[in-house]
Amino acid sequence: MPLRFQQRAAPPAAFAVTLPLAAIATTFLLTAAIVVAAGESPFRAYQEFLLRPLSSEFRILEVLVSSTPILFTGAAVAIAFRAGYWNIGAEGQLLSGAIAAAWLGRQVDGWPPVASLPLLVVGGALAGAAWALPPALMRVRFGIDEVVTTLLLNPVALLMVGGLLNGPWRDPVTRFPESPRIAPAAEFPQLVDRSRLHFGFLLALAVLAVGWFVTTRTATGLRLRAVGLSPHAARFAGIRIERTLLGAALASGGIAGIAGVSEVAGIQFRLTEGISSGFGYTGIVVATLGALSMIGVAFAAFFLGLVNVGAGSASRVLDVPSQLGEVITATLLLVTVALLVLRRYRVVRVGSP
Amino acid sequence: MRGIVKRFGDLVANDGVDFTLASGTIHALLGENGAGKTTLMRILYGLALPDAGEILVDGRRVEIRSPSDAIAAGIGMVTQHFSLVAPMTVAENVALGDEGGFRLDRRGARAKVVKASERVGIAVRPDARVATLSVGEQQRVEIVKALSRDCRVLILDEPTAVLVPQQVEALFNALRRLRDQGLAVVFISHKLREVTAISDEVTVLRRGRVEGTVTTRTTDERELGRMMVGRPMTGVARDDERVPGEVVLRVERLSVADGSALPAVRDISLEVRSGEILGVAGVSGNGQTELVEVLSGMRVPSAGTVVVGNVDVTGQPPARVTAAGVGRIPEDRHASVVRDLSVAYNLVLEDLDAYRRGPVLDEGRIRRTAHDLIDRFDIRAGPADLVGTLSGGNVQKVLLARVLARRPKLLVVAQPTQGLDVGATEYVRGQLLAQRGAGAAVLLVSEELEELLALADRLAVMYEGTIVGEFDRAEVDVDRLGLLMAGIRAGG
Repeated sequence: MPLRFQQRAAPPAAFAVTLPLAAIATTFLLTAAIVVAAGESPFRAYQEFLLRPLSSEFRILEVLVSSTPILFTGAAVAIAFRAGYWNIGAEGQLLSGAIAAAWLGRQVDGWPPVASLPLLVVGGALAGAAWALPPALMRVRFGIDEVVTTLLLNPVALLMVGGLLNGPWRDPVTRFPESPRIAPAAEFPQLVDRSRLHFGFLLALAVLAVGWFVTTRTATGLRLRAVGLSPHAARFAGIRIERTLLGAALASGGIAGIAGVSEVAGIQFRLTEGISSGFGYTGIVVATLGALSMIGVAFAAFFLGLVNVGAGSASRVLDVPSQLGEVITATLLLVTVALLVLRRYRVVRVGSP
Repeated sequence: MRGIVKRFGDLVANDGVDFTLASGTIHALLGENGAGKTTLMRILYGLALPDAGEILVDGRRVEIRSPSDAIAAGIGMVTQHFSLVAPMTVAENVALGDEGGFRLDRRGARAKVVKASERVGIAVRPDARVATLSVGEQQRVEIVKALSRDCRVLILDEPTAVLVPQQVEALFNALRRLRDQGLAVVFISHKLREVTAISDEVTVLRRGRVEGTVTTRTTDERELGRMMVGRPMTGVARDDERVPGEVVLRVERLSVADGSALPAVRDISLEVRSGEILGVAGVSGNGQTELVEVLSGMRVPSAGTVVVGNVDVTGQPPARVTAAGVGRIPEDRHASVVRDLSVAYNLVLEDLDAYRRGPVLDEGRIRRTAHDLIDRFDIRAGPADLVGTLSGGNVQKVLLARVLARRPKLLVVAQPTQGLDVGATEYVRGQLLAQRGAGAAVLLVSEELEELLALADRLAVMYEGTIVGEFDRAEVDVDRLGLLMAGIRAGG
């Protein structure tokens, strides 16, 4: 009796919960083979990955620190994807925001934080949006595929960071390729004593809250969703698609830019070449895993933050390479995408008539 | 083929179709667009699976689940869109379809091409690159490809659509030759003249059912035309009191160039008055779609003006067009709603600014409006249901409700009942008449003559982008209308 996939009208509502859980379970089944190959028990490894990071207050705070940049980039990517604008350039937009923060951070010495911090955040957002602008314009004016253009601007931004750090911005004292430390007035305040958790985390939650409100409660959000779901129908209904896409692209770039500000002003206090360890790309995973909803993004970012912290401790405690975290993240993305496609189908038996 | 049934959602494309094909004949499959001709032949060639019915070849039942099954059963098909690999040569394209080994037998493929092209009596160069061939030549390659697999049945889907008259004659000669060699040829068309010129037998499909099978010699274009479009409905509830109001829509010298040699719309002028339905008749693909797109704000014309009331909306985007009082019921209704948004959101999507307080959507008012429209327009769904889960009739009602809620001065309606069941069809037609009664101007584009005759006050016939005839309701001559639609001017 052969089996066949048949399209279903609408995926059941329960999938919103069961799908991520199924994705996580499948991912661990698939990656277990790698853990075994590394000579460890998968059970112990996953305990290290998932439970240990939650075993002390300090570690929990580290998970939040680790989720902060990908909360931003996840929200950035989700907003663009919602509109059907495939912004793969959050990485470059983040770096652009980081450059702006590193520069502004040295200009605000002696300012009161109530003035310097908003300046930093707004400046970083504008820098991120500016980096997102050329591909967006090329898309709406000439129909040039933004997947390619946004992606290609990422290495450009990275090279720009490298150029600055090996040239004019090189630390004059240490001669390391790092920019000089930003002014104290530009540093994000710490939230908890003896922890790296900083104001950027709250900012990320605020961005998510605003993003949630805009996408689900406003006319602009409804237009954005309509354009993403069916550009033709949206245009037919009188929605100006170009404007919507442009708005989504700039908002996305702006949020990614704030992620850069948050890393500079909250963690490194300077621009470094490793300021982003692929947060822009991880944002794509987070957005997809979170089904492009802001609440989903929050959960996905915390989960990947957990895996990230877990991977660090697992590589120290167990004999598994630290890259295992990345393997799990990447596998999770693939599994999630596969399940997102599959949920539109159900399996039926077909007999010969 | 016996009792073939094929459904797409709630549209029945083939409804118990019987079709018999004898060797050594050219059998035309005639019908309007959407009558189910192509679907039936796609089933025969394994491109679609039937929901019911059986296929017999030489009296034996065969299972055709894919084109390779069909090829094995001796069936070949030339689809409307060719399936050739452009950078490859003709011989390579022919070899591509061959079953079996890993080795590429170039010489054998070339010999096959030569042999098959001798059979048809048309020259095809085996080493020519497909990309360098004209459309007509590519069609010959497709025919040769089918013949090189020793098919006994050759299906051609609207083969003349891409040909100029001289090429049509050459194709017909080739087909006659194949028939004389004992092949069975299926010729899908909606062009009466070609069907009578080439076929031995004609099967007419209408709305997915067989209207009849006749021997071509015993019939004529007029008879076939009547079978194809059906007779006008009788006893339509429609008050015939004409209330000719002022002109609402004025289209002047409108042209749409779409880059191809022939503009889709050429120099059309027309007027529609308040309280009047202007029907636009024509076989699909004669510029109606483009005309409606221009009137809907979805396409910018290359010349001419469109004035609604006293607002010039030429080339304006949809929001301006609707603001000028135009309500649009599009041809492609499923693509004109956002399937993954709710019924309620789709109902207010054209008029969102009226449903917000500041930037925030007024969900309460949206829900009330939705409930109200769902009641008034008898939409069988809840406000929160996704439109993608609705039947075609209900999607159409959603669009109608969205449009009529804004009390348009002008309705631009395209194929409003295509694919709808009888109940929904009557409902939609009733609504259009009610709008006419309420003083709206209605421009109704339809391929169903029956519908136009039942509803329209005046009729305009489109052929190749121009209006080739206009009739008042009282003076309509169905036979002449059919001939005009088929591009025969001097008929009748």
